[in-house]
Amino acid sequence: MNKRIFLDPLFKNNPVSVLALGICSALAVTVKMEPALVMALSVTLVTGFSGLILSMLRNTIPDRIRIIVQLVVIASLVILVDQILKAFAYPISKELSVFVGLIITNCIIMGRIEAFALHNKPFHAFVDGIANGLGYGIILVAVSFFRELFGSGTLMGYPLIPEKWYVSAGGFYENNGLFILPPMALIVVGLIVWVFNARNAKKDKKAWNK
Amino acid sequence: MEQIIDIFVRSVFVENMIFAYFLGMCSYLAVSKTVKTASGLGLAVIFVLLITLPVNYLLDRYVLSPGALARINPEWANVDLGFLSYILFIAVIAAMVQLVEMVVEKFAPALYNNLGIFLPLIAVNCAILGGSLFMQERAYQNIWQVLAFALGSGLGWFLAIVSIAAIREKLSYSNIPAPMRGLGIAFIITGLMGIAFMSFMGIQF
Repeated sequence: MNKRIFLDPLFKNNPVSVLALGICSALAVTVKMEPALVMALSVTLVTGFSGLILSMLRNTIPDRIRIIVQLVVIASLVILVDQILKAFAYPISKELSVFVGLIITNCIIMGRIEAFALHNKPFHAFVDGIANGLGYGIILVAVSFFRELFGSGTLMGYPLIPEKWYVSAGGFYENNGLFILPPMALIVVGLIVWVFNARNAKKDKKAWNK
Repeated sequence: MEQIIDIFVRSVFVENMIFAYFLGMCSYLAVSKTVKTASGLGLAVIFVLLITLPVNYLLDRYVLSPGALARINPEWANVDLGFLSYILFIAVIAAMVQLVEMVVEKFAPALYNNLGIFLPLIAVNCAILGGSLFMQERAYQNIWQVLAFALGSGLGWFLAIVSIAAIREKLSYSNIPAPMRGLGIAFIITGLMGIAFMSFMGIQF
């Protein structure tokens, strides 16, 4: 049970690529890998702890006002994350700008609370939240990997393409500027969704033949 | 005046909520199967943006910004409530959406039947909170600029969701590789539309 709660959201039921949740705030921070990693970590923490807290409160919250209670808990956690980032990683916090605040309206968090945390024990809800945050993080980091590698020729800020290869130094290589622009993020995600779906379909077919 | 037109045009085309910032993608992908429901949701987004942005602007200017409370008591000149903005913005949005829903249900039942199902969804639409946060970050100077930004970004969102719905209606007749169907192709088409929208980049007044 525990293992399935943890592993399913990573690949089989990935929140981004399979369920189309939480893409809102995700893609704008994928130009470089470093902010994407920080964003993934922040979302993981918020999904995990909001699941834990709301699962502990699940028997005391009246059904009719549960959305407001959820928003208050999530918003408080996001304020915590935002203040921590501002204190210890100011440049990245500037780079992420409004997108830290937009974690509040990330559909993954609300979705997991509604679908899972309100009906399960706190520990399971915590594991489910962390796993969904990680599933989101995998997609985010994968997209930013391709965008940074092809768009700026670096990874985590370290140059990967040798200086000599560039046209300006008499070589043959040129960074693909399109990858830095927003539309390319969508196309990369589209291709990742394709890969995920093709793999899942193959697995389903195998299970079917057995 | 020129500045207001500039803000309006930029937020419709150049800084389009969907194509430049990916805001409101969840509902954009989920509710874009037919043009009719898509335009309903688009209208609801314009409506809610036009109501919540001015309210949040006043809140930000007269309560949250550093030193704003000095008006009430000079001793509070050093108080900065900026860290509360997330929680207050989302509370205003949730409350406003609820209020709008009740008012529309009472006074315009026909409109309610069209928008009704979408209104509660909108409270957690990233485009609405994103609008408020961008407004705060870009520090618009007066309420007319905020209104122009609200109308512009709402219209931009409306434009995006209606056009993708129209494309997806046609798409059901095309032969797409099976794993690509649905979500995958919607992403790629949105990307291509985003590239098309980039041709507006040079526009300036």
